[in-house]
Amino acid sequence: MTEMSGADMVVQALVDLGVDTVFGYPGGAVLPIYDALYNHPTIRHILVRHEQAATHAAEGYARSTGKPGVVLVTSGPGATNAVTGITDALLDSIPMIVLTGQVPTTLIGTDAFQECDTVGITRHCTKHNYLVMDPDRLGPIIHEAFHIATHGRPGPVVIDIPKNVQVATGTYSVPELIEHHSYRPQVEPDADAIAATIDLIAAAERPIFYTGGGVINAGPDASAALRQLVGLTGAPITSTLMGLGAFPADDPKWLGMLGMHGTYESNMAMNRADLIIAVGARFDDRVTGRLDAFAPHAKKIHIDIDRSSINKIVPVDLAVLGDAGRALDALIAAWQEKGHKARDLGEWWRRIDGWRATRCLDFPEKKEPDADIMPQRAVKALFEATRGRDPIITTEVGQHQMWAAQHFGFSAPNRWLTSGGLGTMGYGFPAAVGAQVARPDRLVICIAGEASLQMNIQEMGTVSQHRLPVKIFILNNEWMGMVRQWQELTYESRYSNSYSDSLPDFVKLAEAYGWTGLRIDTLGELEDGIRTMIDTPGPVIVDCRVAKLANCFPMIPSGAAHTEMILQPSDVIGTMDDEAKALV
Amino acid sequence: MKITTETGERHVLAVTVDNQAGVLAKITGLFTARGYNIESLTVADITADHAVSRITIVTSGPPAVIDQIIAQLDRLVPVHRVIDLADQGAHVEREIALVKVAGTGDKRIEALRMADVFRAKVVDTTLTSFIFEITGSSDKVDRFIALMRECGLVEVGRTGVVAIARGPEAL
Repeated sequence: MTEMSGADMVVQALVDLGVDTVFGYPGGAVLPIYDALYNHPTIRHILVRHEQAATHAAEGYARSTGKPGVVLVTSGPGATNAVTGITDALLDSIPMIVLTGQVPTTLIGTDAFQECDTVGITRHCTKHNYLVMDPDRLGPIIHEAFHIATHGRPGPVVIDIPKNVQVATGTYSVPELIEHHSYRPQVEPDADAIAATIDLIAAAERPIFYTGGGVINAGPDASAALRQLVGLTGAPITSTLMGLGAFPADDPKWLGMLGMHGTYESNMAMNRADLIIAVGARFDDRVTGRLDAFAPHAKKIHIDIDRSSINKIVPVDLAVLGDAGRALDALIAAWQEKGHKARDLGEWWRRIDGWRATRCLDFPEKKEPDADIMPQRAVKALFEATRGRDPIITTEVGQHQMWAAQHFGFSAPNRWLTSGGLGTMGYGFPAAVGAQVARPDRLVICIAGEASLQMNIQEMGTVSQHRLPVKIFILNNEWMGMVRQWQELTYESRYSNSYSDSLPDFVKLAEAYGWTGLRIDTLGELEDGIRTMIDTPGPVIVDCRVAKLANCFPMIPSGAAHTEMILQPSDVIGTMDDEAKALV
Repeated sequence: MKITTETGERHVLAVTVDNQAGVLAKITGLFTARGYNIESLTVADITADHAVSRITIVTSGPPAVIDQIIAQLDRLVPVHRVIDLADQGAHVEREIALVKVAGTGDKRIEALRMADVFRAKVVDTTLTSFIFEITGSSDKVDRFIALMRECGLVEVGRTGVVAIARGPEAL
């Protein structure tokens, strides 16, 4: 038990919880905490240029390390600017702690300067939140908040701390091992459900694993277990956007991502399967396509730590509640204990090979050195050039994100950082900042679109200040490409407000911030340009000009089934009925 | 294009939660954010140390939606337990209403006579008004209020439903 100020307690609790980095922006209502952080020997504060970027950087830190990201912002606009990143972390299950300053308790509710109802505003975009009215409660609440953010399905937790609570003194002690009195998610899977799962897998003729971000969240051991289980059963595997990297993309059992911009073979295999084993994935609308046509022949097993994800969208035949890693370990143990052998799935693989033969990710391109660069080619070249360097890739949101997901092969978890659930343009660059802070020696590349990048481009200053060697690789087609693509699909190419007008000169912008700026215009310059980017120390922005009107295929259009993929541009009709238009 | 909504069966949920600021907002907000119905909601703390509140929610929806509501409530950090009383076998539901009726002469006599039939108590009276307290199922309260409309009803206050499972076991 130690007597100290609330602000000192905040910092001490962060130290006791092993926090080494805080992303934040100071302001009136957090000045006491900032003073407690002044010249701190172990906690590094990364000063961002906008609070939204602090939250995305914390997400990038969390996603690349598995540790919770920590954010510190002031009251009012500091807190409201953080809301987008908090919501992003909620939808993608990212562990995050957001400390917000608040006006003193005596002024709460008076519309004081920079006052907003932070706990009210964030109530439904956090896993949990607190308003701390008593300094003696600060220590227990911060420790509990970390427990909640990182246990069960991870998520963001907001702690709103009035300024007088930061100044007042109280007693602080490190709580004993926290077992929350009401929040106790089931981690260990039920043995009967595991046994039933194994029996279904062993009996299936056309099984497929469908895995998601839950496997990444369960830690690197879960990815290793997934590889082992897939190897034991011989079944094919597909994954959501958030699950990429849990299974190596160069393994023959890997079918690629599924869903709206997934591969033809993964979507066809989901449609024709007789057993789907979903692990840490939530049957999102981007994955299922039209629900009444989703996997009509399959029994469905759903392994998830969140009971509310089970039967939410797709009714399943068997639910296994628990941590994905523990469940995978238990499945491996049960498979071996029962002495199961992989069944002969030759007929199933022959059908899959038939779908693979469509080569759905192929794209038309000219090969001359002065030809336009196809965006898919740019991603493939980036992948080839960085092989062996184990890069961390972040993306913004849009066509470039889907091309990266399709054409960049990931072979390990925590290397792929993207905004899946909320689809936040402006995520990728600050996420790269967070990842680079966490992993200073790694090659961190943000694959960006020219439109998304501008949503948090002010973070170039953050990168310069903290000497982070982040690389931004812009697939610049001068369009909000995914918006334009949907306008082509749905509104007969009436391009309402989707042109990226008045773009900056990204090379000059780079120079203005003390970065290196490069421009790549033609196919002949692509490989050299990428090599220069990698070999240049410090931050680099690459303005890679790509074919302007390329679209992202294959695609399941809104309201369509897995079997109704558009494979190439010539399949586009240009209009849709109102039912389809109403879908996102 | 038409926008369709699903309807379904009525369920009574008993939810025990931390008795703390913001918990009720979290729960009602979950219902509005996810588009679930609330037909009635009551809340009061129920333990000697005032640490736990019991919320009784009357809602309706198809079985899959009711399952989702329960799962969504159950994963909230301050929620201790969620029980669908329909799953617990028979249960008792009660609601209290205070019903103010104004009038003189025959209508006043008729109101008092009907209150007697419904076992409603008179809790306040003036020469020109009564306040009745009636306890019972929501149906019974509805029927009483409907009759009072003919006898000079001027104001109604209702608690919403509280419910508890029959038998010796605790929730």
